[in-house]
Amino acid sequence: MPRPRRNEKSKDFKGAVKRLFKEMKKWHVLLFSSLILAIVGSILALITPNKLSLITDTITDGIRPDVEKLEVIIKNVESNFSDQNKLSANYNIIMNSDNFTLEEKQIFSIALTSENKDDIMSLDEHILLELLDEFVLDDVTLTSKDQKELLDLLSNVNKEDEQALLKTFDALPKNIYNLVKPRINTSLIKDIVIFLIIINVLGAVFEYLEGYLLCTASNNFARNLRTRISNKINVLPLKYFDSHEMGDILSRVTNDVDSVAMNLNQSLSSLVSSVTLFLGSLFMMFITNSIMAITAIVATIIGFSLMSLILSKSQKYFNQKQVELGNLNAHIEEIYDGHSIVKVYNGSKKASEEFDELNKKLYDCNRKSQFLSGLMQPIMGFVGNFGYVAICIVGALLTMNNIISFGVIVAFMIYVRMFTSPLSQIAQSMTGLQSCAAASERVFEFLDEKEMSNEKSFTKYLDKNEVKGNIEFKNVKFGYNEDKTIIKNFSAKIKAGEKIAIVGPTGAGKTTMVNLLMKFYEINGGDILIDGVSINELTRENIHDLFVMVLQDTWLFDGTVSENIKFNKDDVTEEDIWQACETVGVEHFVKTLPNGINALINDNDSISSGQKQLITIARGMIEDAPFLILDEATSNVDTRTEELVQKAMDKLTHGKTSFIIAHRLSTIKNADLILVMSDGNIIEQGKHDELMKEKGFYAELYNSQFQK
Amino acid sequence: MTKLFKNFTKKDIIAILICFAFILFQVWLELKLPDYMSEITVLVQSEGSKMSEILQQGGFMLLCAFGSLLTAIIVGYVATKLSSSFSMIIRKKIFEKVDSFSTAEIKNFKTSSLITRTTNDVTTIEMFISMGLQALIKAPIMAIWAVSKILNKNFEWSILVFGCVIALLLTVGILMAIVLPRFELVQKLIDKVNGVTKENLTGIRVIRAFNAEKFQESRFENVNNELTNTQLFNQRCFSVLGPMMNLVMHGLTIGIYIIGTILIENALMSEKITLFSNMVVFTSYGMQVIMSFLMLAMIFMMWPRTQISAKRINEVLDEESSIKDGTFDGQTKERGTIEFKDVSFKYPDADEYILKDITFKVNKGETVAFIGSTGSGKSTLINLVPRFYDVTDGEILIDGVNVKDYKIETLNDKLGYVSQKAFMFSKTVYENVSYGNKEISLEQVKKAIDVAEGTDFVTKMDKKYDSLIARGGTNVSGGQKQRLNIARAIAKDPEIYIFDDSFSALDFKTDATLRRNLKEYTKDATSLIVAQRIGTIMNADKIIVLDKGKCVGIGTHKELLKKCKVYKEIALSQLGEEELNNA
Repeated sequence: MPRPRRNEKSKDFKGAVKRLFKEMKKWHVLLFSSLILAIVGSILALITPNKLSLITDTITDGIRPDVEKLEVIIKNVESNFSDQNKLSANYNIIMNSDNFTLEEKQIFSIALTSENKDDIMSLDEHILLELLDEFVLDDVTLTSKDQKELLDLLSNVNKEDEQALLKTFDALPKNIYNLVKPRINTSLIKDIVIFLIIINVLGAVFEYLEGYLLCTASNNFARNLRTRISNKINVLPLKYFDSHEMGDILSRVTNDVDSVAMNLNQSLSSLVSSVTLFLGSLFMMFITNSIMAITAIVATIIGFSLMSLILSKSQKYFNQKQVELGNLNAHIEEIYDGHSIVKVYNGSKKASEEFDELNKKLYDCNRKSQFLSGLMQPIMGFVGNFGYVAICIVGALLTMNNIISFGVIVAFMIYVRMFTSPLSQIAQSMTGLQSCAAASERVFEFLDEKEMSNEKSFTKYLDKNEVKGNIEFKNVKFGYNEDKTIIKNFSAKIKAGEKIAIVGPTGAGKTTMVNLLMKFYEINGGDILIDGVSINELTRENIHDLFVMVLQDTWLFDGTVSENIKFNKDDVTEEDIWQACETVGVEHFVKTLPNGINALINDNDSISSGQKQLITIARGMIEDAPFLILDEATSNVDTRTEELVQKAMDKLTHGKTSFIIAHRLSTIKNADLILVMSDGNIIEQGKHDELMKEKGFYAELYNSQFQK
Repeated sequence: MTKLFKNFTKKDIIAILICFAFILFQVWLELKLPDYMSEITVLVQSEGSKMSEILQQGGFMLLCAFGSLLTAIIVGYVATKLSSSFSMIIRKKIFEKVDSFSTAEIKNFKTSSLITRTTNDVTTIEMFISMGLQALIKAPIMAIWAVSKILNKNFEWSILVFGCVIALLLTVGILMAIVLPRFELVQKLIDKVNGVTKENLTGIRVIRAFNAEKFQESRFENVNNELTNTQLFNQRCFSVLGPMMNLVMHGLTIGIYIIGTILIENALMSEKITLFSNMVVFTSYGMQVIMSFLMLAMIFMMWPRTQISAKRINEVLDEESSIKDGTFDGQTKERGTIEFKDVSFKYPDADEYILKDITFKVNKGETVAFIGSTGSGKSTLINLVPRFYDVTDGEILIDGVNVKDYKIETLNDKLGYVSQKAFMFSKTVYENVSYGNKEISLEQVKKAIDVAEGTDFVTKMDKKYDSLIARGGTNVSGGQKQRLNIARAIAKDPEIYIFDDSFSALDFKTDATLRRNLKEYTKDATSLIVAQRIGTIMNADKIIVLDKGKCVGIGTHKELLKKCKVYKEIALSQLGEEELNNA
C-alpha cells in the first residue's frame, strides 16, 4: 500500500551524517577510493576545456595568410623598379638585346624616365619579364613570371574587401602561394588531441570505477541495514510492537533503506565532484584574473539568489503536496475498503464530494510544486547565459584598456559555465543528502531501540525431556504500561499433566497470561516458576523450547504446506507431516491441492482461514514439548470440525500440562482447572461443575449462551 | 496510453497547442543564442570593435536568454496545469468507476491494487505528461532544427554527429534491454522483502514460540541477497551510462576539431575563416542534436512504466459493473418481506455453484437465521440481498419486487446491513453511526448506540459521541467496532436488518443482551442473521441450515433438532446433550 512520504528533513543533519559514515566503516575503503576518483575525474574535467581553447587558438593562429612574407615579396618585386642599379643593369640588357624591336625599346626608355609607375606596368609583357629578376626567398625561386602574375593580381583588387583579397591570394602563383599560405601548427594540435583523448578515456574509466565502487558500497550497506533491521525485529520486546505500527517498520526496511542507498549513491559522488569543480574553477578564475573572477561570481550569485527563493517556495508546496497526497490516499483507502458499507448506506455521494475536495487540494499543490520545480532548469540556463554576457562585456572593457589578453576572456567563458553548473548540482545533492540523512535517522532510530534483556549470563537450564510439568504463578503483577496494572495479584499452582482453561470476556487478560508464561513480556512483580525454577532465571529460548503454542492468528509464511508445517524443524519426515495433517483433518484437503504438501500457500483464496488454522495446528503437532498453549486455536474453524480437532488435541495434550484459551465454553468443560478472568484478575477458579454450582460469573457467562 | 489521452478536453488540446507554439519559439531562441555568442566572440576578438557593439550584441543575447526563460515559464505553467488537471480528472474517473463497481469487481482487482491504481499509477501518468510532453515536443523540434542548421554545412562533420547519436542511442538501447526487465524484478523483490518482513512482524509470537528466529532470518537473507545482487547488477550497468555519455560528447567536440583542423589546413585561404566559424557553430549545434536525442531516449525510458500504468488505469475504466441499476423507486404493496425463489449462485468464472436452489419466504417482523459450517454459503446468501452480487438463477423479491428492478438507492434505503468485518470510517462516533443518514438527531444516534450496548464505552471515550475513530478503527476493540456497526444499522431504522455474522466478536453476555434489546427495539423489522453460534440464533422464528450451498433444513430450533442431522451435529458440537435438553 502506498504510504505518504514522510518529512524529508532530518532532525540533526550533522549527527546523522556522522553516524552514517561511522556505520559505513566496513566500506570506507570503497567509499573513499570512489570519492578520490570523483575528485581526480573533476580535475581532469577542468583541464579539458582549457585544452580545447588551446586548439581553437592554434587553429586561429594558422588561419590567416602570412601577410608579412607577402610584403617582403612585394618589396622584393618592386625593388626591380625602384632600385637604380638593378634598373640600369636591366636597361642595358634590354637595349642590347635582339629580342626586342626598336619601337619597343623606344617605348621602354620613355616609360623608364616617366614618373608614373603605371607606364612601366603597361609595358609589353616580355619586356616586363626581362625587368623582373628572379630571386630566391626561403629556398623558393620566384621566377619573373610569378612576379608578373603577382603584380597583375594586386593591381586590380580592392584592399578594403578582406574576402576579395583572400580570393586573390588563392589565385597567386603556386610558388608565392606556398610562401604566404597560413599553416596550422598541426603537430601541436596532434599533441593536444592525443592528450585530450587520453584524459577523456581516463576520465571515463575513473567515472565508471567511481560509480562501480560507490554502488557496491551503498548496496552492500543497504543489505547490511536490511539484515540488521530484520534481525532487530527478533530481539525487540513485544512491547515495542504494541506502540508501533507495522507499516512504519515495513517502510523502514524498504523505503528508508532504499532512500539511504539511492541518495548515497547519487548525491555523494556528485556532491564531491561538484564541489571539486566549483572550487577548481574558482581557483582557476582567481589565478587568471581577479576582476573577471569577481564579475563571474557576482553574476552567478544574482541568478542563484533568485533560484533559492523559488526553491524554498517550491519546497513548501512539495511538503504540502505530500500531506495532501496522504490525505487523499487515506480517503481512497477507506472508501475502497468499506465499499459495501458505503454502497448499502447510500454514502457514495458524500464520499464523492469529500474526494472532490481532497482531489482539488492535491491538484493545487501539485500544480504549484511542479511548476516551481520545473523552473529550476530554465533559470539555471539563464544564469549561465547571464554570466557569459557579463564576462564578455567586462572582458572587452579590460581588453580595450590592455589589462588582459583575449585568451583570458575565452578561458573565462568556459570557467563561468563550469562554475554555475556544479552549483545547482550541489544544491540538488544537498537535498538528496538531506533525505538520506533523514531516512538513515529513522533506520538507526529503529536499530537503537532497546532490546530485550541480555540472557547470556543465565546458567539454569531445563531439559525438555526431563521437565515434569509443574507451573506456579506467585502473586503475579503485570501491566502493559507501567501506570496501568492489568494483572493485579494472580496466584495459581498447576500440576503436571493438568488441562487449564482460561475463560472470560474480551479484554479480561486471557492472552496476557500466555504472554507472561512465554516470557514475551516481563512481569512487573511476583514470579512464575516452571518446575520450581523462576522464568526470570531461564532464557527465553529455553522456555520457548518447553512450549508448543498455537494461536488464534493463523500465521503461515509464503512457502509450501510442508515447509509451513515443518517450519524450523529439520528432522521431520514427509510421513510425519502427513500424519499431522491426518490428525487435524486436513489430509483430504491437502491431497486435493495441486502439489499435495508441496503446494504453495500464498494470499489467494484457495485456502480458507479455517483450513489455514488447521495447518497451524498441524505445525504445533509436529513440535513435541511438555507444555501446550492453545490460544483460541480453533476460533476460525466451524464447530463440527472443531470437535474433530479437539479430539485429536486431547490426544496431543495427554500427559502434557496444557493451557487452553477459548471463548466457546463447550470446548473446555472437561478442563482440570478453569480460571475465570475478568479485568485482569482471576475471579473464580475450579472445575466446571463446581463453578456452575457457585452461580457466579462463570455460570452467568455459560448460561448466556442459551439466553433468550 | 493513447486511449487515456482521449480524456483530453478541447481546452487541454488548446493548451498543448499553446505549449507547442511556445516551445517552437523557445527552440528558435535557444538556437539563436550560439549565433550571438559567436558574434560577441568575434567582436571581442577583432581589434577596433566598439564597446557599444559588444553591449548591443550582449543585450540581444540576454534578451534571447530571457525570452527563452520566459517561454519556459509559460510552457511550464501551461504544462503543469494541464498535467495536474488531467491527473485530477483521471483520479476522479477511477474513483467514480470503483464506486460503481459491485463486490465482484472489487474482489477481482483487490482493494490494494485499486488504491495504487488511483494514486501511484495516476501520478506516473502525470509525471509523464508534465515532463515527457515538453520533452516530447521539444526534442524532435530541436533535433530537426539543429540538424537542418548544420546539415548543408559539411558532410564529414554531419557524419560524425550522426555517428555519435547512433553510438549514444545504441548504448542507451543496449543498457535498457539488459536493465529494464531487471527493474521489474527489483520491484518484485522489494515486495518480497516487504512480504517476509511482514510475515516476521505478524508472526512474531509464533516465531519466538518456536525459536524460529534463525529460520526466519535466513529466509530474509535469501531475498535480501537476491535484491541486493539484482540492484547491484542494475546499478553497475548504469554506471556505464554517465561516462559513456561524457565520452561521446567530448569525443564529438574533439572529433569536430580534428576534422576541422584537417579541413581548414587543406582549404583555400578564402574559405578558411568560414570553415572555422562553421566549426565553432557545429560544436554547439552538434551538442544540441545529441542533447535532444538524449532527451528522447529519456522519454523512451519513461515510456514503458507509463504504458504499464496507463494499462492498469484503463483496465479499471473499461471494467463494467456487473450490477445494473433498476428503475423502480415507487411504493410497494408489501413491507418487510423477503422471498428467495430457486436462487442459485456461482462466481462468473467458477464451475461449482456456491448456492443451489434456495427457496424460502420471510414475513414482516420475522427473524430468520442461517447456520452452517465454514464455506456453506451463508454469507454469500445474504450478500445477494443488497446486490453485492446478482443471483445466477432464480430471483429474490423484497416487498414483492425483484431486487434487480429497484433503483439501488431505493433498495438500500430499505436495508440495514451489518458486515462480517466491522468497518469504521475515520470520523467521529456520531458521524460513523449516522453515516448515510442525512436527517438524524443526536438523540436518535444515542438511542441506537444504547440499543447496540455501546453507551458504556462511548461515554468513557474522551469526547464521547464526538470522539474521533482512528483510521481502520484502531482505537476501538473488535467488539466495540461491531457494536458501533450494529448501531449504524439501527440508526437507519430500516425495514430489513441483515447481520452477517456480526456478533462474533462479542462475548456471550453482551451478545445476549444486545439481541434482547434489538428484538424489543425492532419489533416490526425483519431480520436476517448469519451466525456461527447456536446460542445467537436458537430463538429465531426460522432457522435455515445450509450445507455445501444447499438448504438442508428449515424450521425452528426444536424442529430442526429433531429432523435435521446437520443442525443437530452443529448444536451438539457447541452445547452438548445436556444443555440442549435444558434449553
